[in-house]
Amino acid sequence: MTAPAIELRNISKAFGPVQANKDISISVAPKTIHGIVGENGAGKSTLMSILYGFYRADKGEIFVNGEQMDIPNSQAAIAAGIGMVHQHFKLVQNFTVLENVVLGAEDQILLQPSLEKARSLLQELAEGYELKVDPDALIEELSVGHQQRVEILKALYRRANILILDEPTGVLTPAEADHLFRILRSLRDEGKTIILITHKLREIMAVTDTVSVMRRGEMTATVKTTDTNPQHLAELMVGRSVLLRLQKEKADPGSTVLKIDNLCVSDSRGVERLKNISMQVRQGEILGIAGVDGNGQSELLQVLGGLATGTGSVEINGQELPLSGAGSDAQARREWGIAHVPEDRQLLGLVMDFMAWENMAFGYQHDERCRRGPFLMDIQSMQDYCRDKMKQFDVRPPSITALAKNFSGGNQQKIVLAREIDRNPDLLVVGQPTRGVDVGAIEFIHQQILDLRDAGAAVLLISVELDEIFSLADRVAVLFDGRIVGERVVSETNEGELGLLMAGIAESPAQAESRAISVTA
Amino acid sequence: MDLLVVVQLLDSMLRLSAPLLFACLAGLYSERAGIFDIGLEGKLLASAFFSAAFAAITGSVWLGMAAGITASVLLALIHGVASITFRGNQLISGVAINFLASGLTALIGQNWFKIGGRTPSLSGDARFLPVDLPFASALADVPIIGPLYSDLISGHTILVYVGLLAVPTTWWILFRTRFGLRLRAVGENPEAVDTGGISVTRLRYQATLICGLLCGLGGAYLATGMAAGFIKDMSAGKGFMALAALIFAKWRPGYALYACLLFGLLEAIAIRYQSIQIAGVGTVPVQFMQALPYILTIIILAGFVGKAIPPRAGGVPYVKER
Amino acid sequence: MNKLPKWVDVALIPFINLVLALLVSGLVVLWIGENPLHAMQIIVQGSLGSAYGLGYTLYYTTNFVFTGLAVAVAFQARMFNIGGEGQALLGGVGVAIICLGVNWPHWLLALPAAIVAGALFGAGWSLIPAYLQAKRGSHIVITTIMFNFIAYSLMVYLLVNHFKPAGEMAPESAAFVAGSHLPSGHEALGWLGINFPKSPPVNVSFIVALIACVLVWLLIWRTRLGYAIRAFGLSETAASYAGISSFRIIMVSMLISGALAGLMAVNSVMGEAERLLIDSVQGAGFVGIAVALMGRSHPLGVLLAALLFGLLYQGGAELEFELPSVTREMIVVIQGLVILFTGALENMVRLPVENYFIRRKAGN
Repeated sequence: MTAPAIELRNISKAFGPVQANKDISISVAPKTIHGIVGENGAGKSTLMSILYGFYRADKGEIFVNGEQMDIPNSQAAIAAGIGMVHQHFKLVQNFTVLENVVLGAEDQILLQPSLEKARSLLQELAEGYELKVDPDALIEELSVGHQQRVEILKALYRRANILILDEPTGVLTPAEADHLFRILRSLRDEGKTIILITHKLREIMAVTDTVSVMRRGEMTATVKTTDTNPQHLAELMVGRSVLLRLQKEKADPGSTVLKIDNLCVSDSRGVERLKNISMQVRQGEILGIAGVDGNGQSELLQVLGGLATGTGSVEINGQELPLSGAGSDAQARREWGIAHVPEDRQLLGLVMDFMAWENMAFGYQHDERCRRGPFLMDIQSMQDYCRDKMKQFDVRPPSITALAKNFSGGNQQKIVLAREIDRNPDLLVVGQPTRGVDVGAIEFIHQQILDLRDAGAAVLLISVELDEIFSLADRVAVLFDGRIVGERVVSETNEGELGLLMAGIAESPAQAESRAISVTA
Repeated sequence: MDLLVVVQLLDSMLRLSAPLLFACLAGLYSERAGIFDIGLEGKLLASAFFSAAFAAITGSVWLGMAAGITASVLLALIHGVASITFRGNQLISGVAINFLASGLTALIGQNWFKIGGRTPSLSGDARFLPVDLPFASALADVPIIGPLYSDLISGHTILVYVGLLAVPTTWWILFRTRFGLRLRAVGENPEAVDTGGISVTRLRYQATLICGLLCGLGGAYLATGMAAGFIKDMSAGKGFMALAALIFAKWRPGYALYACLLFGLLEAIAIRYQSIQIAGVGTVPVQFMQALPYILTIIILAGFVGKAIPPRAGGVPYVKER
Repeated sequence: MNKLPKWVDVALIPFINLVLALLVSGLVVLWIGENPLHAMQIIVQGSLGSAYGLGYTLYYTTNFVFTGLAVAVAFQARMFNIGGEGQALLGGVGVAIICLGVNWPHWLLALPAAIVAGALFGAGWSLIPAYLQAKRGSHIVITTIMFNFIAYSLMVYLLVNHFKPAGEMAPESAAFVAGSHLPSGHEALGWLGINFPKSPPVNVSFIVALIACVLVWLLIWRTRLGYAIRAFGLSETAASYAGISSFRIIMVSMLISGALAGLMAVNSVMGEAERLLIDSVQGAGFVGIAVALMGRSHPLGVLLAALLFGLLYQGGAELEFELPSVTREMIVVIQGLVILFTGALENMVRLPVENYFIRRKAGN
């Protein structure tokens, strides 16, 4: 038997008090696609960063092709034939594809010869592996799918034989993901070894030969993909049988709260990100917005939350909401009864260096509860209020003076949600409510959103996780390239149909039916 | 205005813009690598003092220049240690360096020479003297070309020509060499450089040191080329104007030259015309003319000349993500 | 994660930073050929050793409290205002207009008017940089520096053309009206029956400075405006999510900052010189940067740091007298070193100290 392409023995790594990797051993056979699954924060990325020389392990040994290796930095990893495609691409936005491919792997002091060499190699690779990219295009002009190809090309240009991909499909449409899998298979067939890190079980089942499961920094199992199934893997990942969907009552929608007509939003560079979208949300219902990241979801949240300007018409309870100029800022939105749980709580929803009680009033600091006289804050009342809310939402640790940055993702999200829900908004717009949130908190957060719906609020839920849309939403609209390409009643659709819509492929009902059958089969 | 006046104005424009040009190119290397440098001013000043002081003591302008460059590079290293190694605030570090330079030069100047913080007047080999380019005197009498060549282009100190040559050289390094590619990359996205297996720290130190070197040349020119000795706080905000010129130039070497020439021209006009009569307004006070370069700096920064996009990773210490 | 005991953060780390800055300053003194310990002794003796010295120390302290608070308030909004120098100069113009233009019957009337004028003129000088930062993103560090240079030119112009009495040579204004004379330490303490020397320029402005500390503390930590300023300073993106207007915060924080710097003139122009001089600020605007950094942008910290620099200034003057080779610029060096060690090189001290405390905690 040939030596494993990669073998890790007893790897441990701690960041301060957090043990990210505990005594991990894994062996990856050459010329296979080896999946590593686990929830967010299970330690997958840390493990791979150690293998790629980005971090040093506290303990443990690394073997590449049977030889023990010390990998103190990325240079050593590259020399050992390891290439990595990071979840967030490491590309220079205003460089060309060629310049990015060559960066760090130039042969000599002058640039031109290296660029020419790369150009011809890119040509070969493009033909061999369906890896076509314009070598002279600037990265910022490329789609994410193409940017990812540049990352793969970078690794291949450095003669990588072992390719690590970290959550490669998070930003891809299903069609782009399929294309990627074809590339990976052909790379494997050419003799490369591929490690695929993901939290999506469907991908594991679709493309890998072997799969390892991580949970809370530990490696819990390694099995052949053909010997397992998604349910089993899910249990290994979570460590208990998964409660798939919450019980929810059928929606009982009332009058229309949010009515959007021909809304257009452009970003700071003048690129139109939302193109004439229209939709309605009624009292007591949740409208889910599905779609691959970056198809206009952020802009929709921003314009409703008062962080971006737009044109078109938005009505709240029949009244025209200003979309630019006076009265269109975030403060005014709150006065209109719109609560906003942002996609990125660390960047927007919280001031990470504020204490919990300061964050619990954030955005509502002019409310009666927070004021004392014309200028002062009512600190006592703000703190009492925070204490109550933290208890009610079971925020841990229950310390009102702890800084936001010292809470876990789930507890941070609970603070934001507690604050936004408490004002009994007419409309809640919420983006990626459980991104980076631990499993225990997900159910709790979902329940809160459902309760708000049942209390009569209109909810606009934006999520890239189809599971989340299916758990919560009553209706779902799919955003693709800034347009709404389809709207469905959740109970009458399936993941296959939405997946096609997310890829921008509209389909006939007959096709949808046959696809639905093949998915359930 | 006759040709003679124009030539004289342009001539002093060249002289006056040279120190700005050095500082501006110095800032260009630093900022292209993602390190903001408010401390150009301090480095100019430190180099001006030490080059004048050593030139006065040794009688050799070259030894003086070496001392000036050393001082400037040392300050650049402090900036590097603070902002690269210890990931400190680059603005604060730059401000500290300006104070250090301003305080130390005056303190040591008084201690060494005891003439109120100045250095003795330099002459002969202790100064950079004008260089006559070939045929300068021969062509002097040819109409138009003569004065342009022999009065405007010829007859500057060697450092002026070095500064002018540094512009195409910088362009070539930045856009035609491996080092330039990496330098630009580290200012845009250091992670791309790091994952490519190149040390971000090393690259940024290299940029910082080049910045120190160029400021050193600028300071040496200031005290031993343009002037004949050091006087207290003689950099007079040139380091900050260079930064404004850099923004104006959109971090490109060619435009940097034009921006610095513009500042130089303005200064030349302000020096030549101490007070200007404007019909209907009256006399423009001399103080206004003196403040003109500073006012221009503000107008440039106000972006009335087009929006500039700085290097994306500028001013942010590089931390490997958790 | 990095939960340090509070005293480490607010006292120990700044203390180590200061010690490092003073150590390097000592090396500089050594380099010049003097004994640093002797120099230190002269400084302490000269600034604290007598009521006379103390009077000067507190006078300088008053200046630095104003300029330090000015930098600190702007810092809270993450604005780096190094234009304190120019703003204080202009504050002097405002104070001079009040003290020359009206024949004040009593200082109790003149003081509030001078406070308002100094603050308005100081704020006015920060208006354009603030507006350009808020609307056009112009780098406030460079624009405020440029405004310092412009202020110097403007001062010369104003003194020569407007304030200088006809026939006088020196570019300075006439003496202020007698009714605008602020009680000095000698007079004020005399009311309490305390004998204090006559010559030190410390005056009732010191009380104004203390009140300013309290007001700034109230503003930053107790008002909703302060809440918004801090939120904006800590996270600009989150502030926009909360509907906090960046324009408003930048303008308000910079105007308050400029006003505080302008207030310095009440002490230096009205309290000490009693006329408008060409350079009434003498670098105090820059000292404010070091003071705010050392004081962690907290009024109490600013007060203590201002006291320290007041002591260095007064002691430094004595030093220059006793050891002629150590000139006043030594203070600028110390100032630079304090900014370097407490500001830019903070992590050099912080990281090892943090590690030490984390390890000690883990050990327990």
